[in-house]
Amino acid sequence: MSGLKTMVATAATPAWNEAEAAAIIASHRHREGPLLPILHAIQAAFGCVPPEAEPLIANALNLSRAEIHGVVTFYHDFRRKPAGRHVLKLCRAEACQSMGGEANAARLLATIGLDWGGTTPDGRLTIEPVYCLGLCANAPAALFDDMPVGRADAARLETLVREAA
Amino acid sequence: MKIFIPRDMAAVAVGADHLATAIAAEAQARNIPLTIIRNGSRGLFWLEPLIEVATAAGRIGYANLSVADVPSLFESRFFEGGPHDRCIGVVERLPYLARQTRFTFARAGVIDPVSLDDYRRHGGYRGLETALSLGPAAIVAAVKESGLRGRGGAGFPTGIKWETVARASAPRKYIVCNADEGDSGTFADRLIMEADPFMLIEGMTIAGIAVGATQGYIYLRSEYPFAIRIMNEAIAIATRAGWLGRGIAGSRFDFDLEVRVGAGAYVCGEETALLESLEGKRGQVRAKPPLPAIKGLFGQPTVINNTISLASVPFILAEGAQRYAEIGYGRSRGTMPVQLAGNIRHGGLFECAFGITLGELIEDVGGGTASGRPVRAVQAGGPLGAYFPPALFDTPYDYEAFAKRDGLIGHGGLVVFDETADMAKMARFAMEFCAHESCGKCTPCRIGAVRGVETFDKIAAGIEPEQNLALVRDLCETMKLGSLCAMGGFTPYPVLSAMNHFPEDFAAKPLPLAAE
Repeated sequence: MSGLKTMVATAATPAWNEAEAAAIIASHRHREGPLLPILHAIQAAFGCVPPEAEPLIANALNLSRAEIHGVVTFYHDFRRKPAGRHVLKLCRAEACQSMGGEANAARLLATIGLDWGGTTPDGRLTIEPVYCLGLCANAPAALFDDMPVGRADAARLETLVREAA
Repeated sequence: MKIFIPRDMAAVAVGADHLATAIAAEAQARNIPLTIIRNGSRGLFWLEPLIEVATAAGRIGYANLSVADVPSLFESRFFEGGPHDRCIGVVERLPYLARQTRFTFARAGVIDPVSLDDYRRHGGYRGLETALSLGPAAIVAAVKESGLRGRGGAGFPTGIKWETVARASAPRKYIVCNADEGDSGTFADRLIMEADPFMLIEGMTIAGIAVGATQGYIYLRSEYPFAIRIMNEAIAIATRAGWLGRGIAGSRFDFDLEVRVGAGAYVCGEETALLESLEGKRGQVRAKPPLPAIKGLFGQPTVINNTISLASVPFILAEGAQRYAEIGYGRSRGTMPVQLAGNIRHGGLFECAFGITLGELIEDVGGGTASGRPVRAVQAGGPLGAYFPPALFDTPYDYEAFAKRDGLIGHGGLVVFDETADMAKMARFAMEFCAHESCGKCTPCRIGAVRGVETFDKIAAGIEPEQNLALVRDLCETMKLGSLCAMGGFTPYPVLSAMNHFPEDFAAKPLPLAAE
């Protein structure tokens, strides 16, 4: 059941390791337009795109550091620092709004005292907005780590959050 | 005994994986030999999780199941199609499915998405075989004759795009599939990729042969992890079987295909921003001309089409352009997978010929709202599409008819809102979304959207509402005429339609009393 495997809390994010990052970059640099695949792979390894990665990538791709920084900060997916152990993405797009998604989200955020993009002090959970998961016929929708959640009413969200270890 | 349980993301989102595990365990405990096939979804999402059982009478469905239903399913001998209160009979005979014209989605939910044998048994790769026998020029002619228009939003004739790329001479050409389906209320691309991925591979391969391209990319949004996994699985299988790579199916044509994952930017659904992103840059829009067909990915001639457009091609080649062209309405030929979403009772995918009215789709097919309250508004064509009031439900589903009423078909999504919707809030949201997602390259979109949000906030606060509403209209005009792409250019559609059809929501509200 591939959709469920990340229900298990993932191990702590590995620390920055320049040799490992260099190996990741080298394994993608032969591709056409390699920057996005490199950034995704770096984030998969380190939980974010650490600032230390930028000059390394810039060197390998013969681009300026500013260009790399510009790309990293343009895309919503790339993090500057690792997220919590679990990430709950709540859809804020129209179809989910039409089914009360905004009210659910507001209630949940208030309950745990977070704002959009915030992480709990114990590093357990980050809540982020997402604009459409393609689950619009089963709105409101959410993505808890890699597990999609449809018909995600307030009670269901609270259970998820409570059980996130 | 064959049981079908979808692996589709929306089905899993409502428990399909848990159900599959529980059914497998129960079957083992009872020593009943079941073969569980993880099919795609039929797109009848209000019935998910929907499982099916193959019987002599056809595939019998059991809908809206949960793990708690599993013991009673076995007691009822569901594996032989036995009666149960969740049983909905032969799935193909459900009116929702029976009244569709499924050209592109005929196999969705029927086959195992990653079984090449299943795909071939259900007519897969017949289009490519025809294409190989016809040759490039005749393929382009067939696509032109079918009347297929881009299903991503703009509705540009696909055959003409292909012809331009075919005529261009260049050392390398590309086929790019725009699978950055970011519009709220749309999931047709996701369904194609999760339910019938070989169809997209086949369509892109045919496009490659037609225009002389040897490399294809599927730009797939990161919000679709299931589609990414299934597409990659299918590409590996097709490559191993010789349907991709060098000398496709023993021919002289080569075609390689790769999935590229986006990074959460809505604007990358705009074709030139998508190309920039594929090249590894910020997803900023390019000025046109030059068209991507002349100078596209890495400066080479590029066919960039929406997922549905490319996925429609195998049918056209296999069944003949005429078969596709003969159904439709006006200049909108063939079928459109309409996606019914939001506050709707029967949310799902409904593939039909153009010409059906908006009201039929919402009330008749969709069964009205999920909440049971009256429909207030329907947003057609994604976050940049107009809001239609029930008074316009007689509008035929057709590119031109929608345009005539200041709306758009876009990618085919319809999002229903009931009477509790606050249309001033939705208009403000359209501006907020544009501000959030603007690529920042052109001023009307970058700054206009921010000013739009501020102006709506003033209106809500009761500050010079009439002047500020006039200001919003002026701003919309500037964004419409001055933006580089549809992001800023179409944001006025939801804003103005909300203002025009629901003026009462924008009327000055009495100022709230000061806190005691």
